Amino acid sequence: MTQPRVLILRAPGTNCDEETAHAFSLAGGAPESWHVNRILEQPARLVDFQILCLPGGFSYGDDIAAGRILGNQIRHHLSDSLGDFHAAGKLILGICNGFQVLLKTDLLTQTDSHGPTTTLTLNDCGHFEARWVRLGVDGGNCVFLNGIEELELPVAHAEGKFVARDGETFARLEEAGQLVLRYRPMADRGSQNAGDSKQAKIHASRPQAAIRSPQPLVPYPANPNGAMGDVAGISDATGRVLGLMPHPERFVDPTQHPCWTRRPKQETGDGLRVFQNAVQYFL
Amino acid sequence: MLWEIDIHLAEGQMDRAAGRVAAAARELGLAKDLHLVAARGYLVQGDGLPREAIDRLSRQLLTDLVVERPVVGRVGEPQLNEMPTAFSGGSQAGDGLAARCVTVLLKPGVMDPVAQSALVAAADLGISATAIRTLRKYWFGGASEGEVEAVSNRLLANDAIEQVILGPLEMDQIDLGSPYRLALKTVPIRQLDDNALVQLSREGQLYLQSAEMQTIRHYFRELGRDPTDIELETIAQTWSEHCSHKTLAGRITYRDEHGERQFNNMLRETIFAATQQIRQRLGSDDWCVSVFVDNAGVVRFDERFHLAFKVETHNHPSALEPYGGANTGIGGVIRDVLGTGLGAKPICNTDVFCFAPPDTPADSLPPGVLHPRRVIRGVVEGVRDYGNRMGIPTVNGAVYFDERYLGNPLVYCGTVGLIPHDKSHKQQPRPNDLIVALGGRTGRDGIHGATFSSAELTSHSEHLSGGAVQIGNAIEEKKVLDVLLTARDRGLYHAVTDCGAGGFSSAVGEMGEKIGAHVQLENAPLKYDGLSYTEIWISEAQERMVLAVAEDRWPELKTLCESEGVEATSIGRFVPTGRLQLDYHGHRVADLDLKLLHDGRPPVVRQATYLPAESKPLVSQDKSDYSDDLLQLLSAPNVASKEWIIRQYDHEVQGGSVVKPLVGATHDGPSDAAVLRPVLESRRGVVIACGMNPRYGDLDTYHMAASAIDEAVRNCVAVGADPLRIAILDNFCWGDCERPETLGSLVRAALACHDVSLAFGTPFISGKDSLNNEFSYTDKTGTRQTIAIPASLLISAMGQVDDVVQCVTMDLKQPGDLLYLVGKTKDEMGGSHYAMIHGLAGGQVPTVDAERARETFAAMHRAIRAGLVRACHDLSEGGLAVAVAEMAFAGGYGARFDLDAVVSSPDAHQPAVRLFSESNTRFVCEVSPDQTAEFERAFVGMPLARIGEVTANNRLVAVANGANCIEASISDLQLAWQKVQR
Repeated sequence: MTQPRVLILRAPGTNCDEETAHAFSLAGGAPESWHVNRILEQPARLVDFQILCLPGGFSYGDDIAAGRILGNQIRHHLSDSLGDFHAAGKLILGICNGFQVLLKTDLLTQTDSHGPTTTLTLNDCGHFEARWVRLGVDGGNCVFLNGIEELELPVAHAEGKFVARDGETFARLEEAGQLVLRYRPMADRGSQNAGDSKQAKIHASRPQAAIRSPQPLVPYPANPNGAMGDVAGISDATGRVLGLMPHPERFVDPTQHPCWTRRPKQETGDGLRVFQNAVQYFL
Repeated sequence: MLWEIDIHLAEGQMDRAAGRVAAAARELGLAKDLHLVAARGYLVQGDGLPREAIDRLSRQLLTDLVVERPVVGRVGEPQLNEMPTAFSGGSQAGDGLAARCVTVLLKPGVMDPVAQSALVAAADLGISATAIRTLRKYWFGGASEGEVEAVSNRLLANDAIEQVILGPLEMDQIDLGSPYRLALKTVPIRQLDDNALVQLSREGQLYLQSAEMQTIRHYFRELGRDPTDIELETIAQTWSEHCSHKTLAGRITYRDEHGERQFNNMLRETIFAATQQIRQRLGSDDWCVSVFVDNAGVVRFDERFHLAFKVETHNHPSALEPYGGANTGIGGVIRDVLGTGLGAKPICNTDVFCFAPPDTPADSLPPGVLHPRRVIRGVVEGVRDYGNRMGIPTVNGAVYFDERYLGNPLVYCGTVGLIPHDKSHKQQPRPNDLIVALGGRTGRDGIHGATFSSAELTSHSEHLSGGAVQIGNAIEEKKVLDVLLTARDRGLYHAVTDCGAGGFSSAVGEMGEKIGAHVQLENAPLKYDGLSYTEIWISEAQERMVLAVAEDRWPELKTLCESEGVEATSIGRFVPTGRLQLDYHGHRVADLDLKLLHDGRPPVVRQATYLPAESKPLVSQDKSDYSDDLLQLLSAPNVASKEWIIRQYDHEVQGGSVVKPLVGATHDGPSDAAVLRPVLESRRGVVIACGMNPRYGDLDTYHMAASAIDEAVRNCVAVGADPLRIAILDNFCWGDCERPETLGSLVRAALACHDVSLAFGTPFISGKDSLNNEFSYTDKTGTRQTIAIPASLLISAMGQVDDVVQCVTMDLKQPGDLLYLVGKTKDEMGGSHYAMIHGLAGGQVPTVDAERARETFAAMHRAIRAGLVRACHDLSEGGLAVAVAEMAFAGGYGARFDLDAVVSSPDAHQPAVRLFSESNTRFVCEVSPDQTAEFERAFVGMPLARIGEVTANNRLVAVANGANCIEASISDLQLAWQKVQR
């Protein structure tokens, strides 16, 4: 099969479109960046693509709430075409602002008669923060995370605290295996150093199933926003839609890691595998 | 009909807004134990809007129902004034006092981007509101009326842009302005005597000098008519210090200890001249592309691209409204880069701030001055919200504290842009090109910014010049950026410039300088009714660019802009008349000869004298243990960690980050410079750093400037930049240069810039000055007081690396590695941070041996390129001890070093001097034991000492004469360095 075509959907204020396209190119995809107005004019054009990506940024300034305005546009004008896109077995990825947008549609979690069931709200620290985090993967059937156990990636957001409306909603998502990415404790100072990886492994070991709860277990700043259950990303029930706060496109080259000058040489960055998984799915 | 939608937090959600106000009130001593609740909200206006529509709007658009709940009503309905359930801290309103409700609204005409977006999004839901405004609301429990008023006025609102309404809101419509009726104003200037001219200049906020006013009077007497108000404003803007830099480019007679020197154009004969000589010397290897002619300096990067770099200041607006001032400061410099050549793509930002100490007692503030904490918070957030939204990484910065920045903080904002070779030069508009305004609409915001920046700040500035303050809308500018770069690549315009200070007046006047322009002012799209023709012309509303567009490309440009929702409007034409002609609905309101505007200003003639500061020796204490001194230095505000600021800025967007502002094992050590790859397919890197030492200027501004250049360059070299490819920028922020000694100290700094730039072969490519940074007020005894800022020269540096994989960071990497000190240590404690923490005056200020520095930088670069350096850190504030401590805790390892090994001048034998002197051109390097011989060979003939090694025991130990003179754990050192955060 030929290279899968990737639609990078940008809106006013989107600002991670170029590096996201670059990441898809490195992974072997054929990305194209389109303004949302073009898709609103011609929703049928979606059929030309295999992967839809909503990149990071501040769509419409994040005015009112992060991702709200673009989310509403999708909800009111594109829900049928995107429903068809999804039903055709294609992939949807929302990164940071893209995740915030997806949560304002019904593509990741469903709205019920009381309104939306999940949200991404203001970080506990009260403002935008940029820092690196460690992520444990509980991938289930998520296409994008296939074969990945752990990732180190940067986050950069003000409204990234995942909140489910109540414990029941949280448990339901958990049981469905949708809570696919969780923040993990950062490695100790010493274990960041070359040749000291044993200690890092111990700290990286997964939290056990029994201690999972809506309460965050990982303290700030390893859980950078106070997210419920330390959730950094969720997928839909089919595993073909993924939304995540961290930025995989910002770690596709080894020199993007904050410790690259003190670690053994890496060939690629952790984030590249997310894009490779998406592209490979169609090959 | 006017509706109000209040958005309360749902139960169990943390009320951070209320918590922040309570904490700030405590800090400022306004109220000890404030109980309050905060909410945000919207006013929605629309004919016959039913309650159902407002409910839908609140639930589907405005409220996040998982964590918030809406309260809806017509303005004035009682449910809107009922306080939400609980007060922060959990307790109820005490003392039997009823809760007091306070609403904060933006003043009419102030930019409200959220409201604009909400209006568009409401239409998308099929709800046709005619106007929306945002608001903030607070309920106070148990506070007296006086307390509520004080907190409201000092903390909740800034009088420059906001109004506070105590008690229930009573209004029936949002003020939208009313239509403007033409009333052509002329100013009878021909009859005025010299005194009356001066008065007109001041009261009309023209801020021109007497000779300039006389020239204008003469011009109009010759013409036989009086000027219109818009003509006078145009001249004042074009001739303002801000736009013409007339002082430093003017005639100056300078006297110092060496005698007298005459300058016809001071900047041209010092800083520009050095660059020109360097370029001549380089001959065909000249890598400067466009210097001192365009918005930004441009240098060569690779086969396809050049780099543009510009740093601006936005000091006076930031003093009055820190958030808006800083916000529009960064927005403005980004437009500068967008308007360079045919348009450059911004790739990173740099921000440097100067503030008064955050612990300044609140009761010591002069009238009209905002507390430094409030200024700091506002500036940091203003830069954050604009830069992050634009998707431009903020990769470098610095913060300096000094009491003299109290009334006049400094905000330097810089942007680097990437531009294709064939788009790098400024082009002229061609005859008959359309004048196209692109981007945001014009409003009454930012009137008189250009002229206001030429005046000193006073305790009344807030009221006088409130209109000069603006709030930016980053997304509007991002949209402009997106379409502009596309239009550039399709060749849709001949020339572009930004609308900055002076608005259309400046942009059109500059672009049309060599041709002529004819503008129909009524064509400019307005935010609201009521603007006069003059306001349209001089408004500094943000996010606007001006293009010169050929008639036949106009349809394509218009279609492109429409497709991305950006407004583009033709407001006139460039015509070969040599005149600036402005019409408003068919009435000619201005008709000026462009020669008068651009060549007619009488030269400014100034006296400058430099009096060397009285020299007296600085005696450092001799003692056996300096551990406490080191801890104190690490927690000094200028040295201490700026992580709380850095983390609020996205420094990795665009995906090219290589060396981040914070590095090391736990990502929290202070990097010397930032490195990024602007072209993701390439390995070539850009390096950004800066240097600044206001404290040295108190002793000698020559050595201050030389040190700042050395610092900026060595920061770049420390991470791997090629010293032969570093370009620098100057930003002079000074006090009132009508005082000969103030101007003298500036000229002396410029002379150092010339000498050191030339000796290093490091060209200046752009620069900017901001004079009159003083604050005047009347103190309690009725005496007039003036606080002038210290001489503040920021040097920004932009370097390059061939392959980023060669870059080095400052964190220690491996126990057993050896530590070297590169460079010579002298007894240069004058102006040092050691002197500051001990209150010691006098001493020798650090000097630069330029020839030696050039050799050292070259050797350092050879060693780094050859892969011989595992870590490298420059020595600056706090000297050797601070540098090694930072390397140690950043790497998570200990270090041991011996002061007896340090190469020093004969007078520098005391341990305090060797530990803390701030002598220039020094680095600490970590070298692997198997590479020491090769490393040492790179520095043959230069001062180099093996001073110690990296240890695994997590302790920092300095030894002098065989005994430990510093011993501390690296976690204690790191704690000291991080404790003053916020």
